[in-house]
Amino acid sequence: MWEMIISELTQAVQELARGFAHILPRIIVVVIMAFVGWVVAYLFKVFLRSILRLIKFDKLAENAGASQLLTKAALPPATDLLCRFVFWVAWLGFILLGVSVLGIFGLQEQIARFFLFLPRLFAALFTIFFGLLGATFLSRAALLAAVNANLPSPRLLSVSIRTIIIIFVLSMAFEEVGVAEQTMLVAFGIAFGATMLGLAIAFGTGGKDLARQFLEKRLGRGNSKDEGKEDELSPL
Amino acid sequence: MTVVKLAEESFLTDAFLSQLINVGEVDILVGVPTHNNAKTIGAVVETIRAGILTYFPRERAAIINADGGSRDGTPELVVSAGIGDAKSPSKVYALRTLHSISTQYASTPARGTALRTILAAAELLRAKACAVISPESTQITADWLTTVLRPVYKEEFDLVLPTYRRHKFDGMLLTNLLYPMARALYGLRIREPYALDFAFSCRLGSHFLAQNAWHDETAQAGSETQFTLSAIAGGYRICQSFLGTKEHVERRSADLVPAMRRTVGALFASLEPNFSLWTTKMGSQPIPTTGAEREFTLDPLRVNRRRLRDMFLTGVAELESLFQSILSPSTLAELQGISRLDEARFRYPTELWVKTVYEFAAAYHKSVISRDHIIQALAPLFRGRVFTFLVENRDGSAVTVEDNIEALCLEFERMKPYLLERWNGRE
Repeated sequence: MWEMIISELTQAVQELARGFAHILPRIIVVVIMAFVGWVVAYLFKVFLRSILRLIKFDKLAENAGASQLLTKAALPPATDLLCRFVFWVAWLGFILLGVSVLGIFGLQEQIARFFLFLPRLFAALFTIFFGLLGATFLSRAALLAAVNANLPSPRLLSVSIRTIIIIFVLSMAFEEVGVAEQTMLVAFGIAFGATMLGLAIAFGTGGKDLARQFLEKRLGRGNSKDEGKEDELSPL
Repeated sequence: MTVVKLAEESFLTDAFLSQLINVGEVDILVGVPTHNNAKTIGAVVETIRAGILTYFPRERAAIINADGGSRDGTPELVVSAGIGDAKSPSKVYALRTLHSISTQYASTPARGTALRTILAAAELLRAKACAVISPESTQITADWLTTVLRPVYKEEFDLVLPTYRRHKFDGMLLTNLLYPMARALYGLRIREPYALDFAFSCRLGSHFLAQNAWHDETAQAGSETQFTLSAIAGGYRICQSFLGTKEHVERRSADLVPAMRRTVGALFASLEPNFSLWTTKMGSQPIPTTGAEREFTLDPLRVNRRRLRDMFLTGVAELESLFQSILSPSTLAELQGISRLDEARFRYPTELWVKTVYEFAAAYHKSVISRDHIIQALAPLFRGRVFTFLVENRDGSAVTVEDNIEALCLEFERMKPYLLERWNGRE
């Protein structure tokens, strides 16, 4: 009886030892991969930081309005944030590569999915950054044009343009990463449609005088006595 | 072989090149850039012809029209005035053929390309003296030709700029910004750094043709201003000649932003390549001038001053976030301070105006935001300055107005170190 128990225990311990001996080199590989990954990710981070400083990425982010958003969210500056993000993605990539060596059933498929997801994630971030840059540039251009053309409510016009572009950019980014595609599509449709309808109603009711003046000026029927007064001045 | 080489190297069309080659070499070349100028071009070209026949009858001459895709028959009007029929009012006939060539450089107008076309034609024809005349210079007389061309042709000047008789409130972008700032920076008292009627030597034309960044948008828009600044930077001989009254075919204050791009944008852009030049200049020197440096007319003029002030106030309020990137906190605070004054007490002081302009120039150099946006953001502030200038000189005589402009120029010169301080300062 005792002999049987001892034999089974010995066999179990031997199998455990065999299994451990079998998996130990793989764990060592994971640790090595993690270490190498950390070094590579760190070097990558340092290199990226120098490049971003060289191209004055923080300035670009400030112009894009991204810096203001980050400050409001109590996040580090754009360069730091991007460097940290790239560091973690690179390190995680190496760790997952190491883990895939373990040969755990089902994990390899998830890891493959993660690597397939990375380009889409970068594309979405790229879209958001340049979308913010475009939104800031265009809203500022609209603000300046409206101020110099003496249009009413220039800031409202500028903010509207910025909001529409940001909504559009975010919906594109969410679609890219595949998060709640249908929800985002519907939400975008509702938000965009509501904005346009609101603008149309606002212009129709509040801006009817402006529309009349505009049309009269275009059709040359207006009483332009006051309008013409300043036209006697030429800047050059 | 030469023809093939020219055709390959030049941006000019083959047909235009062929016409130029048929002309050969000329002594005098007059360029007329046009775009839908049918109303005025006939009289202008006739006067140019009369001027050439009267004052340069023995010289080989050509009129080159660079057209930007006119749809009203402007090029045909330039060419159609028969050369054989042309004679001067003094009954002097040309002893040489007076060529008249028109070319369409593009289907849309581009001032830089028009000037480039004229410069390239002048270089190809080896013209000894060249003039550019605006198609809107309806007040042109035959005398203009000799007034602008003779200093180049006979006295070896490289650039002849015009001076005009203007209304005291005409060209306030020139009197309140371009002239004083260009004078303070480059040390020469050039009254019209942005000229549409001027003359130049072939060597200056070739220098500018080779040096200018023609594909750059700022260079395209402000080519006339850059031409003057390039002559200053290159140490060329410059003088100015009085041409008479300056009239505008259309006076449109709405053109302020494009006008600022053509003048202020070009001036700001010139500061970087000419840094070593303008930082070493102190004070300013007069340049040789034929006739009056400037004359003012004082006729009553109806101006909507309130609108100017309102646009200044809107600008200061609405563009605050932009001004935070461009201006120093103290300058912005001062601007906000004067924007709170009522109309009767509102003044944009000279010193504050000079500080504002210099801070904009430094912001342009540092590209704190898009450079074109910086120029556009200056427009509402300029309107505030115009309001003050109008109020201060409402009843002013020509002498008073000239004194006020001189005082502004001296303020720009006095505060030049401030520009350098802002230029080198950290953001």
